[in-house]
Amino acid sequence: MSLRTLEGFKFSTLKTPVHLLDPRTKFLIVIAVLVPALLFANIYVMIALLLSQLPLLLVGKVARRWALSLRAGVFLSGLIFVVNLFTGSYLSAIALTLRFLVLLTSFSLFFMTTSPDDLGLALDRIGAVRWLSRRWLGYPNALSFTFTTAVRLVPTLAVDAQTVVDAQRSRGLELDKGNLLKRVRNYIPILIPLLLIAIRRSLELAEALESRGFPGKEGRTSLFQLKLRPADYAIIALSLAMIAVSFWVYFHYKIPVL
Amino acid sequence: MITLEKVSFTYRSGQRALQDIDLNLEGGDFIAIMGENGAGKTTLAKHLNGLLKPSQGRVLVDGDDTRKVSVARLSRKVGLVFQNPDHLLFSETVKDEVAFGLKNFGFAPEVVHNQVIRTLEALGLSEYAETSPFLLSGGERKRVALAAILATEPDYLILDEPTIGQDYQQKERLRNFILQLYSQGKAVVMITHDVEFVAESNPKVILLSQGRIVAQGPADSVLSKDELVKKASLVRPQMSRLFGELTKYGLPSDVVDVHRARILLEEKLSEAKVRVAQNS
Repeated sequence: MSLRTLEGFKFSTLKTPVHLLDPRTKFLIVIAVLVPALLFANIYVMIALLLSQLPLLLVGKVARRWALSLRAGVFLSGLIFVVNLFTGSYLSAIALTLRFLVLLTSFSLFFMTTSPDDLGLALDRIGAVRWLSRRWLGYPNALSFTFTTAVRLVPTLAVDAQTVVDAQRSRGLELDKGNLLKRVRNYIPILIPLLLIAIRRSLELAEALESRGFPGKEGRTSLFQLKLRPADYAIIALSLAMIAVSFWVYFHYKIPVL
Repeated sequence: MITLEKVSFTYRSGQRALQDIDLNLEGGDFIAIMGENGAGKTTLAKHLNGLLKPSQGRVLVDGDDTRKVSVARLSRKVGLVFQNPDHLLFSETVKDEVAFGLKNFGFAPEVVHNQVIRTLEALGLSEYAETSPFLLSGGERKRVALAAILATEPDYLILDEPTIGQDYQQKERLRNFILQLYSQGKAVVMITHDVEFVAESNPKVILLSQGRIVAQGPADSVLSKDELVKKASLVRPQMSRLFGELTKYGLPSDVVDVHRARILLEEKLSEAKVRVAQNS
């Protein structure tokens, strides 16, 4: 179950128009969805935001995997709904649950259609990231590299997790046996090997990087260059307009829940 | 007895890993499964204790369909040692690690204790009983992983790449150990790329390629055939390559192990010695 949740955030190597958009453009789409979703707690707005992302999911051919991530989000949605029932009206509870789904959808869409490589390139072009990285780690592109690596290691770790579960089950471990406390303890033989594998792998990665001259000098260039195309400009304009309109409406009108 | 009947398996990603595998495994058997990377060797191994269930066909372990019995119950009979020990080691001491499986299977504390001591001794790990498994070398960790499975005394032992990271002396010990096990009536299945190890141990060899069994038979007849070996992305063992060049002297070409090679060469050399003596 938990492993399948990750499917909804895993990059798929397709070449659809959505995949080909510049990562910065796609991130702006996320923000353009995020801003109205967080400014207004209105059911219609949430439904509109959800529907507006449908075409992108379909064109990007990731609708089925998105449905998987939704199924994984059912539990959290239920929790959000119940908690908000106690603190507010049932209408606001619905609106807030929908807000969660909107956020889930936009992030899921972003990660499913943006390759870690592109994401790294995009991060590397952001001045603030380079500045932070230089301050903390001493090199301008170390931070974006760290992020890309973390994203990339998720599927690898998922495979390791499956192998560890298989190995321990072969030793007679039954994960769903016993009372609650026992069940939590059952995960110790899974988590310890997994943690150590991750640590060991990062040490090996560090050595491999060092032996190949990472992080290099200040003016490092990259093989692939990001380039904004006409479609990107159009979507960027649309997204910026959406953000602007959202703020304008927010400061001039009061939007009710329904 | 473990029986595989027309077993096919397709991963959720749509990748076909096994196709129409028929296989019988009985006490006293020693089988080496060889084949190229991605041939389906590990997938096959995971079918033997029910970790994977066949998409088509069925796997019977002592008459039980693996689809109907839990992995924990099957694992009491079928011990599967994974390739990478790091996927299973987690305890504070080697002793605890070896005891884990026994405790899961519900053995009494004194049985667990005795069994742990016996297994550690058999694998030359006694001195590490109180050491953390994470402080050991790669080869030693691998032996701890083996001990962890062996301690439960399974009837069928499946070893995934047991020789990786072991020096020659350890390999020799492993071979003797396996020999001991199957002469005691246990079944041993070994997945490996190590042709020399297989050649010297002379098990029954099953060659797997792209999910199908492409050849099976005694090691000397399978491993000495170039076209078969190439299919599984292997090379013939050194002895076989040597004897392949020596057929013009009337030597057989299907020699793969040092022992038989020595006997044949001794015969030839003493014949030659006699002939030299007669001529002079």
